[in-house]
Amino acid sequence: MEIVCPAGTPASLRAAVKAGAHTVYCGFADETNARNFPGLNFDRDEMREGVKFAHDHGAKVLVAINTYPRAGGEAIWHRAVADAEASGADAVILADLGLLAYAAKHHPGLRRHLSVQAAAANADMLNFYASEFGVKRVVLPRVLSVPEIAAINAETEVETEVFVFGGLCVMAEGRCSLSSYATGLSPNMNGVCSPASHVEYHDDHGALSAKLGGFTIHKVGADEPAPYPTLCKGCFSAGDATGHLFEDPVSLNAEKLIPQLAKAGVTALKIEGRQRSRSYVAQVVRNFRAAVEAQAAGRPMPEGMLAQLTEGQAATAGAYKKTWR
Amino acid sequence: MHDHAVQLPVFPRLPALALRGVPLTPVALALGAFARRMALRHPSMFKRLGDYGAARFVLDPTDLPVTLLLEPRAGNPRLRLSRKPMQGDARIAGPLSGLLGMVHGAYDGDALFFSRDLVIEGDTAAVLALRNAIDDAELDLAAEAAAMSGPFGAQIRRLIQLAETRTGVALSRHEEDPLW
Repeated sequence: MEIVCPAGTPASLRAAVKAGAHTVYCGFADETNARNFPGLNFDRDEMREGVKFAHDHGAKVLVAINTYPRAGGEAIWHRAVADAEASGADAVILADLGLLAYAAKHHPGLRRHLSVQAAAANADMLNFYASEFGVKRVVLPRVLSVPEIAAINAETEVETEVFVFGGLCVMAEGRCSLSSYATGLSPNMNGVCSPASHVEYHDDHGALSAKLGGFTIHKVGADEPAPYPTLCKGCFSAGDATGHLFEDPVSLNAEKLIPQLAKAGVTALKIEGRQRSRSYVAQVVRNFRAAVEAQAAGRPMPEGMLAQLTEGQAATAGAYKKTWR
Repeated sequence: MHDHAVQLPVFPRLPALALRGVPLTPVALALGAFARRMALRHPSMFKRLGDYGAARFVLDPTDLPVTLLLEPRAGNPRLRLSRKPMQGDARIAGPLSGLLGMVHGAYDGDALFFSRDLVIEGDTAAVLALRNAIDDAELDLAAEAAAMSGPFGAQIRRLIQLAETRTGVALSRHEEDPLW
């Protein structure tokens, strides 16, 4: 199976390739991709050099242009598609129907993947995107069980890619407005979920509280692990009850499910984390490359050593095994 | 500390106490020269900082009796040292080994934040920009120090390697050979 690895910077791209990534995904340093964070992403020269480095080492590069173009601002997204093709990228990852139509018409030779942001969660949708826009691969949303993924693959020729590690969104992806509600900025339009510019941390004698857009979304004691400052991981009080309303602050780790995902017909395994460091990228990629090599050889899955990298320092198999409360 | 957290080496207490007697001015001058050299050799790091190049970062190694104030100033960096708390736009605090480990790519900043080894306050966006810019620069402070030491470079490098082995602190760039 192919592993698709994140790179927020050229250094991370090189780290991913050296650690064994078959494919790396990254984005331009603007609002066209869903990790539009300060100090992150690639300018045009860096993208060209990154693609060359990956190709020289036998790896592919996918360019994520997976936010939804602003009315009147479409030219920014159109330019990103053209520049991705000019850089030599192997495919673009798109979410918006209009942008898919634009890319299919003006850049027919550029392979198109459907982003998780499009929330395509059944075979009819996959087949529609394939027939109308020539989409070759769909990144499935993180709300499907393994049998559901198998059912989709049984009814489509489109390649499927699923997340196996990293941050977990359980909302209908591409349609979550929580960040927008609190800050006015969203991953869908601006490429930022819970933008750092709206985050404040306060350390009060070891207790850490986090505010997003002025709302306190969680407070953890001195000995508790800290989560990301996202509303979906917030800890709220209502009446006498206090708890994580949407989801617990844990990361996805589906490493043990790789054999089942292979059996379900999945083509590629995606690792989340373009906002993470090259250290994270190298460790996670090395781990998952070893796992897919073991799977291909029929060996047992190796023991992972990734718990320290997970949010909340805890992991879940997420929707793949629907055991949520 | 949590079961899965990285165990960060802590600067030994006695040498840390001894540092209280060290005059800060010559140390600050040397660190300033070091930072300016880094700026010349890694201009893309400052480009990646963007508008946050004008921010003032308080770097607080919590196991040392000093605090640093870093002002990147768009490629003309300035460093100040103080034994008293300093004010800036953002504060990044943690054991010296954690801060150096992030610079050298040995540790992931988010993981240190999750485990509470790293504390950030103030302008979170500026902190992210700095973290990402430094991570992309693939700095090697040991190599830079050796290069600055002229004829003593080789000895300095060996000394740093010895210290790295003895303490477990990442004093040089963490890099592994390609695996596949």
